[in-house]
Amino acid sequence: MSGSGFVGTEEIFLSTSLASYLDKKLLVLLRDGRKLMGTLRSFDQYANAVIEGACERIIVGELFCDIPLGLYVIRGENVVLIGELDLKIQELPDHMVRVSAQEIKDAQKAEIEALDLKGTMRKRMEFLDFFD
Amino acid sequence: MLFFSYFKELVGKEVTVELKNDLAIRGILHSVDQYLNIKLEHTRVVDQEKYPHMLSVRNCFIRGSVVRYVQLPPDGVDIDILHDATRREARGS
Repeated sequence: MSGSGFVGTEEIFLSTSLASYLDKKLLVLLRDGRKLMGTLRSFDQYANAVIEGACERIIVGELFCDIPLGLYVIRGENVVLIGELDLKIQELPDHMVRVSAQEIKDAQKAEIEALDLKGTMRKRMEFLDFFD
Repeated sequence: MLFFSYFKELVGKEVTVELKNDLAIRGILHSVDQYLNIKLEHTRVVDQEKYPHMLSVRNCFIRGSVVRYVQLPPDGVDIDILHDATRREARGS
């Protein structure tokens, strides 16, 4: 332990603190399901975090796209998980295809429309329950 | 503080943490803090197909507030000790 009030490296690696993830490339899962990637530059006890070079990874089925965002401050309450990306392991399975921002937006829209359609079809068929 | 102390005893054991968003992660419990934030090592997502973005995550920090369950190894619980500790804590001594 140093005299300045900072803990030594050993304590950092044994504790639950995010200090061991500083300057590492991370994946941050948010409560709304979004996935942000970037480098952790700062944090506090609430898991508020500053991510440099942040980008959002959007995945729709087999397609994915990274949307660059810049420097982000994430409010801790929205954080689900902060994962350290192991650079030795490939980030995504081979069968996944990187597409442009426009293509991923179209794919997202199509997915939402398909889900909506499923919902309305179910609603329309609900009356059938009276007969079984 | 009981569960904080309790989880500290489980450090080094393999646990499965199920989150409120249904994501379940198995890994070695590395550390836990007063908010029951959890750090796992050697993690594997239980349903890898459904969560491809987690493929290269081997260490992770999980915010305590998003945890639904922690599944423990069968030998991870000494019911008698937990029972005694619960009574002690309830008495406030």
